[in-house]
Amino acid sequence: MMKTNPMTYLANMEQIESDVFEKVLSRVSSYDYTQYKDCDVKCALLKDTLNPDDFAALLSPAAKPYLEEMAQKSKALTHKHFGNSIQLFTPLYISNYCENNCIYCGFNCKNKIKRGKLSLEEINTELKTISETGLKEILILTGESRQKSDIQYIGEAIKLAKTYFSTIGIEIYPLNSEEYSYLNNCGADFVSVYQETYNLVKYESVHLSGPKRVFPYRFHAQERALMGHMYGVSFGALLGLDDFRKDAFATGMHAYFVQRKYPSAEISFSLPRIRPYINHEEKEINDVDEGALFQVMLAYRLFMPYASITISTREKAHFRDHTLGVCATKMSAGVVVGVGGHVAEIKGDEQFEISDPRSVAEIHSMILQKGLQPVYTNHITSKGLVGWGVW
Amino acid sequence: MRDRLIIGGHDFGSRFILGSGKFSLDMTETVIQNGGVEMATIAVRRANKNGEENIIDYMPKGITLLPNTSGARSAEEAVRIARLARELGCGNFIKVEVIRDSKYLMPDNYETLRATEILAKEGFIVMPYMHPDLNVARDLVSSGAAAVMPLGAPIGSNKGLLTKAFIEMLIDEIELPIIVDAGIGKPSQACEAMEIGCAAVMANTAIATARNVALMATAFKLAIESGRAAYLAGLGRVLDRCGEASSPLTGFLGENL
Repeated sequence: MMKTNPMTYLANMEQIESDVFEKVLSRVSSYDYTQYKDCDVKCALLKDTLNPDDFAALLSPAAKPYLEEMAQKSKALTHKHFGNSIQLFTPLYISNYCENNCIYCGFNCKNKIKRGKLSLEEINTELKTISETGLKEILILTGESRQKSDIQYIGEAIKLAKTYFSTIGIEIYPLNSEEYSYLNNCGADFVSVYQETYNLVKYESVHLSGPKRVFPYRFHAQERALMGHMYGVSFGALLGLDDFRKDAFATGMHAYFVQRKYPSAEISFSLPRIRPYINHEEKEINDVDEGALFQVMLAYRLFMPYASITISTREKAHFRDHTLGVCATKMSAGVVVGVGGHVAEIKGDEQFEISDPRSVAEIHSMILQKGLQPVYTNHITSKGLVGWGVW
Repeated sequence: MRDRLIIGGHDFGSRFILGSGKFSLDMTETVIQNGGVEMATIAVRRANKNGEENIIDYMPKGITLLPNTSGARSAEEAVRIARLARELGCGNFIKVEVIRDSKYLMPDNYETLRATEILAKEGFIVMPYMHPDLNVARDLVSSGAAAVMPLGAPIGSNKGLLTKAFIEMLIDEIELPIIVDAGIGKPSQACEAMEIGCAAVMANTAIATARNVALMATAFKLAIESGRAAYLAGLGRVLDRCGEASSPLTGFLGENL
């Protein structure tokens, strides 16, 4: 089969005017982390506001001996911007049908996994059960299939979620700005889209087919979401897919330039790294150990002290707990990553395995034990005021 | 290494912009020479074309004139003054200042923004004088300003960088030259402004009120150059407490659980 050009938009994919793509990619192409020295790291640690070059230094191997200093400063900044708050949420997978062939992903359309999609009634039951744990923020996820999980379906799920939750995020396939606007009107305010890797050659080699193969359409998703009046956007690379220092740098630059262009946008980072998944054993990855992952989290915090950082359930409880209040400000709890599964049997297999199965109550008490404050609500939506009903 | 100040496509070797309204006109040339100044403001309202003591006549050849709109109380008045400056042959640079408070002489950001938008469209190289407000600075950028000139302290007060924290935000966020205008009273304050990353410093009162005006111009030149060099060199670290031997926040890494 002829491979398509990953820079070519498909029909119906909106193209926006933006210089963010060029800015980020040119910064990344000239990023040579081996050139940074001890003094660059010290200099960055001294500053109140870091520039991209300081951020680059903190991600470099030269910063490894300074992890403790970075952590101390990061803790102070996290406390300054977020106090002792830790925001809690949980994901709900409503469909795992997917049209993409991404070689690292459990939802890969070529994988023979159990596929499923929740009916609106099932979504309602799941949402109700989740809300009984006390959570007020939900992240609705789907695989990438405009056919099996279309915008209207997702919109209906959001409207249902609005009756139980005050904050709704979506982690679905990238949309055009009008579609984001539609889902915003349904009640969603936060959008997560992860670029996976910012190295186009690598991107092309791991996204073999499907709409996700179109690199710039995915790249511009956050901007389109903000054009569609979303309140906040999340950034992340799948660390370990390619050179993680470069991808972490690119992620930071992406967030940086989007923030500069949309100063009112709320910015968050997630730091997924490759974990084992169904039908596909871990292979040929750039190793991102916990120390490296922690370094990246700290660099994000020092570079953008106001950004929310989510610590994934892919990480072990021990690691997650130690990042709280030091750099991470948000965590999921009571997580199920199969389709459905909070009430009945899961209807579809999971995308990846989780390493922290603790319930909301367990996470809640752990946070309190650390002297931190679990936060359930932190947002009032401007749209779909139905959500007030849950307050 | 060539380190040039670029404003509206014009480049300058000096980062000392001189305000000219407060010392005797016959000192102008000496101050400009001692300060290494390449750009100086003139108040259009002081231009007395073909008349006595015309400030423009005192400006040495080769200096870039930065006419200002002082006296303007609204955007419309500022625009009119700017057009007059162009008529007078003062070039395309214009420092927009709109002040409708005669007691504290605080710039009116809203009117300044309106004037900037109009003048930029007319092809002026607009350098607005403003109270350091990040949102307004962003709007000035999108209105076509060529630089942003926040005040360091009330004009003429010689109080230094009272607005430092807010000017630092502009330096971090705005991709145009940030030029501190107003309030700088001593060379050390000019130096500090340059150290934190301002692209240039504008001063007038500090020099005009010195006992030795000519010598103070030299002092400012040196301070501004010194601050710029320090900024380019990257400030060294400050130790504010002793190092800690243990690793309380990273010790968990590598713990095998």
